[in-house]
Amino acid sequence: MALPKPGERDLRLDLFRGLALWLIFLDHIPSNIVNWITIRNYGFSDATEIFVFISGYTAAFVYGRAMREHGTVVAGARILKRAWQVYVAHIFLFAIYTAEISYVAHSFENPLYGEEMGIFDFLQQPDVTLVQAMLLKFKPANMDVLPLYIVLLAGFPPMLWLLLRRPATALVASVTLYVLTWHFEWNIPAYPNGNWVFNPFAWQLLFVFGAWCALGGAERLSLVILSPVTLWLALLFLAFAFFVAMTWYIPGLDALLPRWLEEWMYPIDKTNLDVLRFAHFLSLAVVTIRLIPRHWHGLHSLWLRPAILCGQHSLEIFCLGVFLSFAAHFAMVEINEGVGMQVATSLLGIILMVLTAALISWYKRIEGRSPGSRPGPPGAATLVGGGA
Amino acid sequence: MRRFVVALLCALTAGAAAAKDGDCMTAAGAGAPDFGLPRVAQAIAKKKLDISVVGSASSELNGPAGTNIAYPTRLETALTSLLPGVAVKVSTFARPRETASEMENKLERIVTDSKPALVIWQTGTADAIRGVDPDEFRVALDSGVDVLQAAKADVVFMNMQYSPRTEAMLAVGAYADAMRIVALQREAVLFDRFSIMKRWNENGVFDLYGATRTTNIAERVHDCLGRLLANMVVTGAKLTTAIKKDTH
Repeated sequence: MALPKPGERDLRLDLFRGLALWLIFLDHIPSNIVNWITIRNYGFSDATEIFVFISGYTAAFVYGRAMREHGTVVAGARILKRAWQVYVAHIFLFAIYTAEISYVAHSFENPLYGEEMGIFDFLQQPDVTLVQAMLLKFKPANMDVLPLYIVLLAGFPPMLWLLLRRPATALVASVTLYVLTWHFEWNIPAYPNGNWVFNPFAWQLLFVFGAWCALGGAERLSLVILSPVTLWLALLFLAFAFFVAMTWYIPGLDALLPRWLEEWMYPIDKTNLDVLRFAHFLSLAVVTIRLIPRHWHGLHSLWLRPAILCGQHSLEIFCLGVFLSFAAHFAMVEINEGVGMQVATSLLGIILMVLTAALISWYKRIEGRSPGSRPGPPGAATLVGGGA
Repeated sequence: MRRFVVALLCALTAGAAAAKDGDCMTAAGAGAPDFGLPRVAQAIAKKKLDISVVGSASSELNGPAGTNIAYPTRLETALTSLLPGVAVKVSTFARPRETASEMENKLERIVTDSKPALVIWQTGTADAIRGVDPDEFRVALDSGVDVLQAAKADVVFMNMQYSPRTEAMLAVGAYADAMRIVALQREAVLFDRFSIMKRWNENGVFDLYGATRTTNIAERVHDCLGRLLANMVVTGAKLTTAIKKDTH
């Protein structure tokens, strides 16, 4: 029964990050029959949790070693460089989004949707919106994940420093920030109204927890993670979440949920990483670690290769996924919105993601860097964390 | 002979139109309301039913001749024929771009002035466009229900329209959830316009993707929404009467 050990590459991370990238892509295409297969329909958490946790894990894995070998300043500088790269990627995506939305604004007219056309209002005042976008305050729909990463990375150097010296203190600090955030309702303001959709002060919990696991926390927890009691608790919780999720789709089933439970449970707050979502993710993780051991030979099979490849180049593939989900929706609007089209664009999108990941790997090879366990030169890292 | 052909054609087109209308009612898949509408039942018993619609731009629609063809007008017509002998009056208080909290501020005045038995509160889209914090949105709905229930009015929430063109650009999920939750907690009825329109689009009853300058589709959508609402109001009132009979 294998838990990840610090300093060793774990293909399961790449695999599940790759799968999470596919799920995020599918979930971002609205009215897509294929996104019925994604996990958000069967419980509380979704692919975002997987992605943030693994990104925290790999960030600690790569930059933790850098910090031990090259010192705090060098590792901190590399993390900030990574945050900058994610920022540039976000602005690039914003440009593509603006192009798409401007096109739709000019080509679409229907008196029924006079009200919805209000989302194009921001095109009327580019002076304000472009600046707000660069300040990460104006974020169109589905473009909230990268800003979260930028903030998580920017705050990561001191947290990593603490994690390497006093991991328990670091974890307590993270939980404290999470609790205080819920209590005082801290968040970063957004433009034109409201707050960030993914509250970094809350979501840091998952990122730091991932980092803590990578730096030996998982080993410390191994007795708990691998105990049958934990497994049963996790399975029970997953079954409960599954049942609750079914009440969202099957009319009449929600009558079986007691009123007090509904009032306590709802709303399940995604913005502030609801405890139910966190618990659901932990349960999934516990079961997954049991089902797929670390040295399972299937991890080297050809079938899982595409997902692992995508997971190894997560920043590029994430951005591509966001772009492809725009493109898929665009194709459905302009050409055909039928089920065949939905399945075709979903499959085509995933194939393009895999091909691009393979191409990036090839580039890295011809440039003499490998996406292997050894952290290469600074530029070799993929999203928060690199080749790990 | 020619007269016969014309008559036949008329019959056929009338039949097709009727089938189409029937389609939109059945394809809507709108179930019975979750809660009864006791104030509406009382008003019907007193033969005078006043309804206020509070909403934003999607509660208004004017035809080419400037006539009001929006769902509140259609609701009034449908209720009048469903409830013979009852004086039905539907007043609309709709302002483009108004958020739930802005509407909440004027609820007090509306219920004092018009004393409606039922308030249909259409909201969500403006908040989603302006990115209002979903939590603030939920609080506004909740305090709005306070005002309406204190004024002895039944409450029906109407959520956003299903708009496939803007679906990827406008995240309405959190706002739709908030409306569902408040409706459940406060025993208000939710008229799920979003799901109904989505089903219409999926079943091909209305093509909501297509671009058009005419109001043809909009008119039929609003007409159908108005009639569905009317059915819901009548069913909700009957539900209360049934519950009352059970308990007595």
